[in-house]
Amino acid sequence: MSKAAPNRKLLKGATGDWEVVIGLEVHAQVNSEAKLFSGASTAFGAEPNTQVSLVDAAMPGMLPVINEECIRQAVRTGLGLNAKINLRSVFDRKNYFYPDLPQGYQISQYKSPIVGEGEVRLDMPDGETVTVGIERVHLEQDAGKLLHDQHPTMSFVDLNRSGVALMEIVSKPDLRSADEAKAYVAKLRSILRYLGTCDGDMEKGNLRADVNVSVRRPGEPFGTRCEIKNVNSIRFIGQAVEHEARRQIDLIEDGGKIVQETRLFDPAKGETRAMRSKEEAHDYRYFPDPDLLPLEMAPALVADLKAQLPELPDQKKARFMRDYGLAAYDADVLTAEHAAAAYFEDVARGRDPKAAANWVINELAGRLNKEGKDILVSPVSSAQLGAILDLIAAGTISGKIAKDLFEIVWSDGGDPHRIVEQRGMRQVTDLSAIEKVVDEIAAANPDKVEQARANPKLIGWFVGQAMKASGGKANPQTVNDLLKRKLGV
Amino acid sequence: MTELTALTLAEARDGLRKRAFSAAELTDAHIVAIERARALNAYVIETPDAARAMANAADARLKAGEAGPLEGVPLGIKDLFATKDVRTTAGSRILADFMPPYESTVTAQLWRDGAVMLGKLNNDEFAMGSSNETSCFGPVINPWRRTGSNKALVPGGSSGGSAAAVAASLCLGATATDTGGSIRQPAAFTGTVGIKPTYGRCSRWGIVAFASSLDQAGPIARTVRDAAILLRSMAGHDPKDSTSADRAVPDYEAALGKPVKGMTIGIPKEYRLDGLAPEIDKLWEQGVAWLKAAGANIVAVSLPHTKYALPAYYIVAPAEASSNLARYDGVRYGLRKPERDVIGMYEQTRAEGFGPEVRRRIMIGTYVLSAGYYDAYYLQAQKVRTLIKRDFEQCFAQGVDAILTPATPSDAFGIGEKGGADPIEMYLNDVFTVTVNMAGLPGIAVPAGLSSDGLPLGLQLIGRPFDEEALFALGAVIEQAAGRFTPARWW
Repeated sequence: MSKAAPNRKLLKGATGDWEVVIGLEVHAQVNSEAKLFSGASTAFGAEPNTQVSLVDAAMPGMLPVINEECIRQAVRTGLGLNAKINLRSVFDRKNYFYPDLPQGYQISQYKSPIVGEGEVRLDMPDGETVTVGIERVHLEQDAGKLLHDQHPTMSFVDLNRSGVALMEIVSKPDLRSADEAKAYVAKLRSILRYLGTCDGDMEKGNLRADVNVSVRRPGEPFGTRCEIKNVNSIRFIGQAVEHEARRQIDLIEDGGKIVQETRLFDPAKGETRAMRSKEEAHDYRYFPDPDLLPLEMAPALVADLKAQLPELPDQKKARFMRDYGLAAYDADVLTAEHAAAAYFEDVARGRDPKAAANWVINELAGRLNKEGKDILVSPVSSAQLGAILDLIAAGTISGKIAKDLFEIVWSDGGDPHRIVEQRGMRQVTDLSAIEKVVDEIAAANPDKVEQARANPKLIGWFVGQAMKASGGKANPQTVNDLLKRKLGV
Repeated sequence: MTELTALTLAEARDGLRKRAFSAAELTDAHIVAIERARALNAYVIETPDAARAMANAADARLKAGEAGPLEGVPLGIKDLFATKDVRTTAGSRILADFMPPYESTVTAQLWRDGAVMLGKLNNDEFAMGSSNETSCFGPVINPWRRTGSNKALVPGGSSGGSAAAVAASLCLGATATDTGGSIRQPAAFTGTVGIKPTYGRCSRWGIVAFASSLDQAGPIARTVRDAAILLRSMAGHDPKDSTSADRAVPDYEAALGKPVKGMTIGIPKEYRLDGLAPEIDKLWEQGVAWLKAAGANIVAVSLPHTKYALPAYYIVAPAEASSNLARYDGVRYGLRKPERDVIGMYEQTRAEGFGPEVRRRIMIGTYVLSAGYYDAYYLQAQKVRTLIKRDFEQCFAQGVDAILTPATPSDAFGIGEKGGADPIEMYLNDVFTVTVNMAGLPGIAVPAGLSSDGLPLGLQLIGRPFDEEALFALGAVIEQAAGRFTPARWW
């Protein structure tokens, strides 16, 4: 990316402006029934050490056998990131000792990853489009987990995660602000979920990021970077970048020097701090795993997976703007989650798409957010919301009544048409009934009548009164027309 | 009737089918022989009860006419093969109590075919050694002695227990493994037949790993035919081993007796080492003469990168070993020496659990893979490996069917005689055999004569990939010409 960074991204220091440079390594757990090299289950939340095969426990003489579904998932991910798929890739051993690493090495891909360069497009809220380069995606094994709270003097090991497939998605250092870093991870997660290659559940650690941050004067070469390990929420990624950039700027401006190091983000304090440095510098002694032949894929396999690729967020967004006439922002919001987009399309089918977008984005999303619910388990189904929109379009209920109706459906369920009938929510369009109400108000407020005749804008007060008197059921347009006629404005 | 333990595997198989004797009788005869031969230290664990149970089951199947190809045949198993609920140690203190809850593919196939397990056989620790002196159970004694001497000799290694047990008639055949010569060199030192099949021919699943890209299982037996019978049961595709070959297993026994007339045998000039013992040279010439007499064409060939094979092997094998042996950390199974912290536990466990030769190779392997040395050592060795492979390919492309070489540069040596001061002295034992592992080719060692000290000497035949049949056919010619070699019993 060679374009000059707009000023708004620059950070102010005591001695001038600074630019922050960010690259991310995202670890995404592959959606698969079995582990990368064994048949053991990957289900979350099982009792410790109940999902461990002989291979996962690195028993003598055990050998890894590649899970082909994990390969397909990595290829799908690569295709979704517009990346080069390497038909030949190699699994390497990354050697180090740790009790959560039974083999004494992690099987990973070092020099020849399965996916090469690609890119992700970010549409920022201000309208700018940022293209983030993908350096590579490779497959690797997850490690087990140490349990430090089981015994007074010893740590226990849970190997359920040992051998679970991860994709490491490495970006180029193309991000220039905390907001861009957040948008990137959100977009990446959205793409992975669309593809079904990772559930993106950051709370379970199924998606986590190592964030590389450095600062420089605009136009100068990259500064020394620090790596913030294992940040597991998008909000924390933003906080970590902001804090780390500020720390580095302050340090340099005070005459200090950045030391390349690994840091941890402390969400409680909102700051990063250096990890306790390991006694020995790591030399992972990578070499090709002799238990696994190089992975060769037929071009037909990749072509096949490409043909079956679902519509991805960027394509869907473009289609929503084109076919539904939605604004970029609305299309962006609706396509971020596959489920939300599908919900919207259900509601919009045969209806006014803008009204559907408004209701999904404002009423529904707002309510779901408030209760922390996912759209997949929304108490109001797309069919029910569609029916509410039909009632508005037919003039059967007003927009205001529709919101009440939405609340009723949210808490009690039921068919919106029937609820409107049973609860008498149908709006009144009967002219004589409305006329009676209007006449009563006019008679009771002769001064207001005078004022409205002088200034027709004040007719709104009469509309409000009439609606109130009708319990909101009067058709506002009918009331308006009638008043204009009655008052002669 | 001859002593049951003196039968060849093929004779015993045929006798069992004819009900000339029972599997139980055959097994009992071997159990007695094993008990009498403890001085050889060939078995590290004897499993007579399980053996009798397996033999009885075999007898029932023989009676029912459901006999498998190895029904009732008693075998010894190298202690590198995981055997379910039978201690499997790899000859190492670090696995001294290890009881696998699983059975290696190769042994499972032997039991599937009706074989009987007599026990587990001694080997160099993690198969690292050429004399069986690095085992935590102590050295195996070669059943052969120099003429007029009582000096204890090594049986070769790492499959020293397998070779000694077969030579001393303590089993009808044995499983073995070969990473740089560990089947062929001990076979040559004990007057037995050993074949290392093509890499990928036998599954490595359940075999304690030494160097994954070189390790290959194979049999040691008393005759070429016996080796062919065993290999047929041991070989085959295994989806649990990604490097195992998905191709049909031929009837190797049927290859014996096939005419070798018109076959082309290459004699590589680079194997004529400076200072090669004249009797080895003479043996080689004798082998050439036998094959020529059988109608084979003899051609001189060149394998120019041979001299780099040994140094390259001693980089690749330790590199892989250093990583393969990282799992022995005291955390999940095997020896654990608790210390104040986990690093201390690793250090103490591995220092006490591994013997000096294993520690040496882990250190060499760690060194050649480390940053700054990887390119100069590991990468360079891999390039050499490619060149060695290409040497053979070019040779076979010229129409050579097999290559004849000596199996070892000498006959069996005395215990404690070699490698004490300089480990290279021991490593030189593998000079004729490592090239075959580096190229992934099949190689067979067949006894061909006796040295001036009255010890067996072997010749090696190297074949095209997956052409073990040619090796059995040619090996049978040598065997027929040279006769069989059996040690006089002193134990």
